[in-house]
Amino acid sequence: MTDIFFYIFSIAALAGAFGVVFSRNTVNGAMFLIGTFLSMASLFVLLEAYFLAVIQVLVYAGAVMVLFLFIIMLLDVKESAARKTSLYTWAASVIGFGILIVGVVAINSADSIREKAASLPEATGVSLKSFGYELFTTYLLPMQVTGFLLLIAMIGVIALSKKAKAD
Amino acid sequence: MEVNPIILKFVYAAIVVSVIMGLCSYAVLAERKISSWIQGRVGPNRTSLPLVGGIPVIGPFLTRLGIFQPIPDGLKFLFKEDVLPGHVNKFYFMMAPVISLVPALTTVVVVPFGRFVNEAGEVMPLVLANVNVGLLFLFAISSLGVYGVVLAGWSSNSKYPFLGGIRASAQMISYELAMGVSVLPILMWVNAPGKEGTLNLFDIALAQNGFWFAMWMPLSAIIFLVCLFAETNRLPFDMAESETELVSGFHTEYSSFKFGLFFVGEYAHMVIGSCVFALLFLGGWNPMPFVTLEALGMGQGIPGAVLSVGIFLGKMCAMMFFFMWIRWTLPRFRYDQVMKLGWTVLLPLSIANLILYTFIIYYLDTSL
Repeated sequence: MTDIFFYIFSIAALAGAFGVVFSRNTVNGAMFLIGTFLSMASLFVLLEAYFLAVIQVLVYAGAVMVLFLFIIMLLDVKESAARKTSLYTWAASVIGFGILIVGVVAINSADSIREKAASLPEATGVSLKSFGYELFTTYLLPMQVTGFLLLIAMIGVIALSKKAKAD
Repeated sequence: MEVNPIILKFVYAAIVVSVIMGLCSYAVLAERKISSWIQGRVGPNRTSLPLVGGIPVIGPFLTRLGIFQPIPDGLKFLFKEDVLPGHVNKFYFMMAPVISLVPALTTVVVVPFGRFVNEAGEVMPLVLANVNVGLLFLFAISSLGVYGVVLAGWSSNSKYPFLGGIRASAQMISYELAMGVSVLPILMWVNAPGKEGTLNLFDIALAQNGFWFAMWMPLSAIIFLVCLFAETNRLPFDMAESETELVSGFHTEYSSFKFGLFFVGEYAHMVIGSCVFALLFLGGWNPMPFVTLEALGMGQGIPGAVLSVGIFLGKMCAMMFFFMWIRWTLPRFRYDQVMKLGWTVLLPLSIANLILYTFIIYYLDTSL
């Protein structure tokens, strides 16, 4: 049962991702991205990581994508016309895809990673409390750094979009 | 007889969804009656059923109350001509009403609507899915409902619906923040040191056997209530519709059953919102502060469970009445006022409230 759901949601996630890349209409692209996020949340549910699943929906599907749609509609982005793909683009995509395949195969077949993964404790049923506790003790520095990065990005946006006053 | 648990879940879900749909249709009637009462009119008082309406005394009385009105209202949505304008994006135009209704009906699975005390004295929730992250699940799924409004506005491909859709998306994002921050003091109090972490709505309701949260966290309750109005798109925050400026906003181009779905979706959001407010701030199914059903000796077994559901539904109906009362009393905000209220008043206020209650809860937990 779980296996069937895993395949359904993985295929949905991948199909959504391809849809984002290939759709010419920006609103279609945004909807495909929402589909991908929801399928990924479902995969988290199958892993019994309910908190992550809910956060995925709440933050990405519920807030970030609403902003995306807001911007797309506000700027009234038109459907992009069909372009001829240049040779460089083709070559870069093929090479990139090849490297991705090599990476996935390498990760799946490497014994050292497999052994490490098998020896890790089960993540199922981790309570919210231990989640929060770890976040504010063991992983405090990475969390603060991530937050600071976002703050820098925000200040950058304000600095760029603010019109300079005429002297 | 052994029933397959999955089939049993389906049956329970069907029952709960049909109860919510019934509540929605009678909420429409209540809205019409309350509006007419506030405006000094009579309201719907003509519709009658052939047999029931013919019973002496009771029949005319029910007719004057408008009890039969939801039936023709619903049939009207089904049988009117379904206009599909030529300039719309058909796929999203058809999808949008469904997208706005489905999240509202999905959130109901984590809302406990009563409790059952078995013979061993264990308290069990009456809920479809008793998940640990209940409150977050509710926020997550209900935040998806805005896509219905936004897509309806965009796919209609005309000016007023488009403006309505854009306004809705900006408003949702602005008020979700203050709403989330305003419930944090409650979660801090429920997850006291030494307890297992929980965001379960049932546990939050059980934590209100003494004080209700609305009594000692009034600011949280007020901020949450204002944000609830904004999130359910009710007046004075119905920027997405605002008839006087935008004809009727995002659903201007909709007709017949598709419009009906939007209509039901709005009321379903209201029903769920009232349930959540009753659970978070009004003590769930406790009849009064400091008085539980157990203390009154009426909590045991099936009668106790029915009583708890009744009290909970009563609180929900009171909240629905409050929603409608506000709608027919206050005028609509201007759009810039809505944005200003969200970002410069409610958000700072909710953060200040959070910091204040952090210190209060720290004091209560350490020195008492």
